[in-house]
Amino acid sequence: MASELNVPTMAEMFASGQKPEVLFWVGCAGSFDDRAKKITKAFVKILNKANVSFAVLGTEESCTGDPAKRAGNEFLFQMQAVTNIEVMNAYEVKKVVTACPHCFNTLKNEYPGLGGNYEVVHHTQFLKQLLEEGRITMEGGSYKGKRITYHDPCYLGRANNVYEAPRDLIRKLDAELVEMKSCKQRGLCCGAGGAQMFKEPEKGDKDVNVERTEQALETKPEIIAAGCPFCNTMMTDGVKSKEKEASIAVLDIAELIANAQDL
Amino acid sequence: MQYLPNFLFVVVLAIGIGFFTRNIFRLRRNILLGKDVDVSDNRSQRWANMARIALGQTKMVVRPVPGILHIIVYLGFIIINLEVLEIIIDGIFGTHRVFAGLGGVYDFLIASFEILALLVIVSVTIFWIRRNIIRLKRFFKPEMKGWPKMDGNLILYIEFVLMLLFLTMNAADFQLQQLGADHYVQAGSFPVSQYISQLFGDMSISGLILLERITWWMHIVGILFFLNYLYYSKHLHILLAFPNTFYGKLTPKGQFKNLESVTNEVKLMMDPSADPFAAPAEDAAEPEKFGASDVTDLNWVQLLNAYSCTECGRCTSECPANLTGKKLSPRKIMMDTRDRLEEVGKIMDKNKGEFKEDGKQLLDDYITREELWACTSCNACVEACPVSIDPLSIIMDMRQYLVMEQSAAPSDLNNMMGNIENNGAPWPFNQLDRLNWSKES
Repeated sequence: MASELNVPTMAEMFASGQKPEVLFWVGCAGSFDDRAKKITKAFVKILNKANVSFAVLGTEESCTGDPAKRAGNEFLFQMQAVTNIEVMNAYEVKKVVTACPHCFNTLKNEYPGLGGNYEVVHHTQFLKQLLEEGRITMEGGSYKGKRITYHDPCYLGRANNVYEAPRDLIRKLDAELVEMKSCKQRGLCCGAGGAQMFKEPEKGDKDVNVERTEQALETKPEIIAAGCPFCNTMMTDGVKSKEKEASIAVLDIAELIANAQDL
Repeated sequence: MQYLPNFLFVVVLAIGIGFFTRNIFRLRRNILLGKDVDVSDNRSQRWANMARIALGQTKMVVRPVPGILHIIVYLGFIIINLEVLEIIIDGIFGTHRVFAGLGGVYDFLIASFEILALLVIVSVTIFWIRRNIIRLKRFFKPEMKGWPKMDGNLILYIEFVLMLLFLTMNAADFQLQQLGADHYVQAGSFPVSQYISQLFGDMSISGLILLERITWWMHIVGILFFLNYLYYSKHLHILLAFPNTFYGKLTPKGQFKNLESVTNEVKLMMDPSADPFAAPAEDAAEPEKFGASDVTDLNWVQLLNAYSCTECGRCTSECPANLTGKKLSPRKIMMDTRDRLEEVGKIMDKNKGEFKEDGKQLLDDYITREELWACTSCNACVEACPVSIDPLSIIMDMRQYLVMEQSAAPSDLNNMMGNIENNGAPWPFNQLDRLNWSKES
């Protein structure tokens, strides 16, 4: 399997005098988290299949600083940002794609003020673009007719008004897209944002991911689709807490597309 | 003696407006205790937002039932207040229904005021039922005990009584017109109050005049009272919703501002020619405080936000932390900010405009750390607010103070930040292993 993935780094490309069309910003979860790594690989498989010229920063990539900033550590955030911007500017990066809405938001909105100006897209937007340009084709495959509910990541949806790209992709799978009672602008958080992923929740009567999972289960889905590695973890944990992991899968949009094509 | 009522009216009007003006100046002074922030950009978009969100009430109807009822009350108060102009002129000059000369237009106006007044009475009654009989959850959070609860009901009572006075006044007037009483010109059309006037069928002319005068006076005095009640109430939103939506955030909700004071320090650290051991220059300014521990560390738009909040609780009812029983309530963040700002203002009033330390601050004395750390920064509260209030920005500013001034983050978060500093990821993985996934099967 490993030989199937073609993952050039910016350093390699630069050394051979090439410039990729787009930088794939993998992010910390996508690089290190076992569940999120599967999303990363699924996305790369699609990129490889479509012959997209891309590269990653590899060991030159570092945390965008998002969790530090949301935790209140502006200092650490800006140190991370300035370092990353230096690297990206040295490689003359113009366009960035990422499968993490937190990286997406930070790179797109908070880096320009510190000297990092790139066209930043979320992987669902990028995949939709590939589809429209005819560079990938989509078929439902095993997902045809399946009930799929989509969980809006806060930092993709409310934070940046991206609601339709992921939904359009799900519809293209010939799946039945069912909406939760809180969706789009009013989507309920999974509980991971604002650096909550890295700490115990405050005292309350319930965990946020359980509340959100209950909303998802109300739609009687076969699959809960997500577009964020952190939401993915939270929803997966939620489904487990309801002992439904045998019947309900939590999958990223990139995984749905890659699986449908047997990549 | 003939001019006594006119004189009395002018005195009452002057007191009412004078007191209101004093409060407006106080409000302005308190808001400007906040830090300066440049909001002079994108004027046309700002006007459009104000027209759409405040004037057009677009965010109110996200919840259709209270949204539509609110639009009725809002239109009622704006349109019926045209009548106040006539009342003021009549009061000063001793005229009666001075605009009666408008003829058919006047009839139409009075008729529409009456219908609106009735609709306002119905809406306000439903609002009261929602608060007191149905007991909607968002009106029964811990921060809504005591004055905030009473304030919410008082406003409904005042609005109810004002509308009832208006209709009773018209009913008495209508009856006097029917009886051909002196001074009571035939004017107006009374689709609602003509039914009330049937109750007064056996009253004498002098009794009716007394009733008409009493309700007329109570109506205008009530309006002046209400105008001055605003400053002490959550109801300031009827004025401040307009500037608040104008100055609301225009950038994507996920974009948090980059602190300039930090940027300067980071630049200095990254500058290879800077001497890290250099003594600060003699005339160097005090290093700027990072984040906010009190209201004066917030910017004036955030303080305007606090005065604009009408405590409807839509933010709190959408907050994932609050929904799952955590202490955080975005509405309480705004109420606490306002309460502390009022306290600071009162200290200044007592000390000839100068603030004297009172040993209290917004952090801990009003907003606890537990509340601040429960936030997921999901922006649900910002999205829910019908008047563009941003509670999240205050939470983030206070977290910045806790982390950068006090190093008081929860220990889990300190670990996370330590990892980012050491190995460029929130978890303890080596940066050199960052590409390992590409070689794993």
